[in-house]
Amino acid sequence: MTAFQAGADYGDGRREEARRPAAIALDHSDPASKRIIVGYGFWIFLLSDIIMFSAFFATYAVLSGETAGGPSGRDLFDLHNVAIETACLLLSSFTCGLAAIGARAHNGLMYYGGMAATCVLGLGFLAIEIREFVGLVAQGAGPTRSAFLSAFFTLVGCHGVHVTLGILWLLTMIAQVFAKGYRADILRRVLCFALFWHTLDIIWVAIFTVVYLFGAGA
Amino acid sequence: MSSTDDYQPLRGDDHAPGDEPVGRHEIAEGVVGYLVGLGLAILLTAVSFFIAGTSLVWHPSIPIALVVLAIAQIGVHLVFFLHITTGPDNVNNILALAFGVLIVFLIMVGSLWIMYNMNQNMAPMAMPMG
Repeated sequence: MTAFQAGADYGDGRREEARRPAAIALDHSDPASKRIIVGYGFWIFLLSDIIMFSAFFATYAVLSGETAGGPSGRDLFDLHNVAIETACLLLSSFTCGLAAIGARAHNGLMYYGGMAATCVLGLGFLAIEIREFVGLVAQGAGPTRSAFLSAFFTLVGCHGVHVTLGILWLLTMIAQVFAKGYRADILRRVLCFALFWHTLDIIWVAIFTVVYLFGAGA
Repeated sequence: MSSTDDYQPLRGDDHAPGDEPVGRHEIAEGVVGYLVGLGLAILLTAVSFFIAGTSLVWHPSIPIALVVLAIAQIGVHLVFFLHITTGPDNVNNILALAFGVLIVFLIMVGSLWIMYNMNQNMAPMAMPMG
């Protein structure tokens, strides 16, 4: 614990270097590197985000049968589209991993190529999702139709908002590495972005199982 | 000024979630890890979509199979993409994950259980009028 506090207020590498002996004297251990502290803090944020999603999942699971005489998941969901969305997000998770390796090795081709591929696949996912939402609203199955559809649009839409914000973050990280190079602070942000993007894919696994496969099958 | 050398932990007994425990320049090793993860995830996804639409298996078993496949795939993502492992350098990350999973479990199972009971015990009000 003292290791985390000792590392928390460091401004840059030089001050970190200057203050390290004091920390050793206090608790006989070096402070964890800033990358570990930042990564751990962001991991805690991601877990809290997953907990927020679990509340939406619980709402959806409770309300999934309350169609108020309107269409149910079996009438609405097109598993062909969902399979393409899943493929986009899964491949983007892979290319995001390649970009993380590229950033680590200071390999521009891998980093920029991986990030660009992630961006294109993420935009493809969003395009299919927006088309699905517009189609649902057009056939009178908007979020106001039934409790089932309210819960559906809240859950899937919240994930879509996360993907949108993730793409904005992705573009920012491309620009920051381009402008400032592979600096330690920039690379910590790349680490957090990669964690965020992989977590979005984990949430999508739960969505395509609980919402689409359950809805279309059972 | 700032170096890029904070990948390696100072004492070597911790690492950030998402960081692999391999050296910085071993690109091939890292790519192989992601490829294995991608292969497993594609396999599990394909089986999920196949099971959901098939009539080959006993029908009531489908939801259970889907849940198991989804949990397996989430595990694959955690290990191969987020690099959350059971190693001694990952204890903090695992403990945070375990607490998160506990809360998610309480929210999901608690909500379903309570709402199911309330539905069961509710007096049928709308039925006679409808």
